[in-house]
Amino acid sequence: MHSKRSFIVEDLRKAQLANLLTQGKRLDGRSLLDYRDLKIETNLISKAEGSAKVSLGNTQAIAGVKVEIDEPFPDTPDQGILIVNAEILPLASPYAEPGPPDEEAIELARVVDRGIRASDMINLKNLCLIEGKKVYTIFVDVSILNVDGNLFDATSYAVVSSLLTTKIPKYEVKDGEIKQVDEKISLSFDTIPISVTLGKIGNTLIVDPDQEEEALMDARLTLAVDSDDNIVAGQKGGAGSFSYDEVIRATEIARLKGKEIRSKIKEVLGIG
Amino acid sequence: MKMGKLINEEGLRVDGRRVDELRPIKIEVGILKNADGSAYIEMGKNKIVVAVYGPKEVHPKHMSLPDKCLLRCRYHMSPFSTDVRKNPAPSRREIEISKVVKEALESALILYDYPRTAIEIYMEVLQSDGGSRCAAITAASVALSDAGINMRDLVVACAVGKADGMIILDPNDIEDKEGEADMPLAIMPNLNQLTLLQIEGKFTKEEFEKAFNLALEGCRKIHHIQKKALMLKYFGKVEE
Repeated sequence: MHSKRSFIVEDLRKAQLANLLTQGKRLDGRSLLDYRDLKIETNLISKAEGSAKVSLGNTQAIAGVKVEIDEPFPDTPDQGILIVNAEILPLASPYAEPGPPDEEAIELARVVDRGIRASDMINLKNLCLIEGKKVYTIFVDVSILNVDGNLFDATSYAVVSSLLTTKIPKYEVKDGEIKQVDEKISLSFDTIPISVTLGKIGNTLIVDPDQEEEALMDARLTLAVDSDDNIVAGQKGGAGSFSYDEVIRATEIARLKGKEIRSKIKEVLGIG
Repeated sequence: MKMGKLINEEGLRVDGRRVDELRPIKIEVGILKNADGSAYIEMGKNKIVVAVYGPKEVHPKHMSLPDKCLLRCRYHMSPFSTDVRKNPAPSRREIEISKVVKEALESALILYDYPRTAIEIYMEVLQSDGGSRCAAITAASVALSDAGINMRDLVVACAVGKADGMIILDPNDIEDKEGEADMPLAIMPNLNQLTLLQIEGKFTKEEFEKAFNLALEGCRKIHHIQKKALMLKYFGKVEE
């Protein structure tokens, strides 16, 4: 994100932030490993099979799930299809523009998709109706409504929350044909992946950077952690670098915060 | 090839390597006359050409930065580089890789030495194998130093993966497709800093640390090959 401030003011702000960080504080009063307020509303789009709106501070993302019956991919004939996509809407920020997605939007969509997919959150084999012919295709589309940093985590929580509350139409298979029955079923879940994004400013690691911190930070590391504390996906971003110790510490922080946010999401969605 | 068949009873992989072994690597420096710097790398079946142009004037002009150099990076796969022809238009995968590779190299470049200019890095994958982004980074940093760009360190990249539950160094394309996990990373070997990290697939805490250290070891070995390639061009001989 580009700031309108001059370089001098930006440098002063960075110095101020670096100074605060050495005292374990941040510009908005959070401590280093604090997330902003996480709010989740689900089922607000009745035409979608599942939906969730997530606010992480002032960052807002809305996810909708649509389900179709399709042919499977030729290399995975016994598996359903899950497609996660994300878009930064032009209304989300003065710097967002309409048009094809730029590299940042593409990275966002792919990193979030990887976090969900690599965790095996959804067992795609359960989404097969007739091998090689008919499978469920689950589209999760996320629209960013307001940009204030850490789009990765907000988008990922929106995807997870919408999937956890999705009800898909049920089909009966008879004589090699499928027939929709008047019933909706929930998806079954093996794990809940949680994305944890860290920022590095100077030699300090913080979680959930807001837009101002993102503009000042040297590098980013997004890690996705599953319910068994495995690291399932990750992506470093930004022009800076991490020491090897910082990477190991980041994985520890990700496990810790992942657990915290997972129980928060479960609590809000009323999942045991 | 099926899961559970990537490593045989003797602990050897589909191409006969041990789990901690790199594929053969060859790096050549200065292979393109027009470029300010260039390099060619073979890593397993990967064959990649990298060219660096710049520092040069920025087009369009309004993109130029008042205090530092604009770095541009394109990772591209030739249509004939894959088993099934690849559409020559840049895919979302290639756009993402171009971005992370740019950021991996940017850490090492002293861009404030070249204000209002641009440096362009073009990486063309002529033949692809597993770990093409890593090979591209390794070659690109050599090409950047061939171009005489001010750098803090070389950047060297290597991937680790997981196959049949074992941590393996430098996965090839079969291991990449059939394996359980993949983690490419790039480092500045003298500064001991990590500049690229991507993870896809499950790693327990112990597996992650083992994989991470194995990748660092792999990177250090490749770093030697980078230095040898540069010495061969600039000093005409390689001292062991």
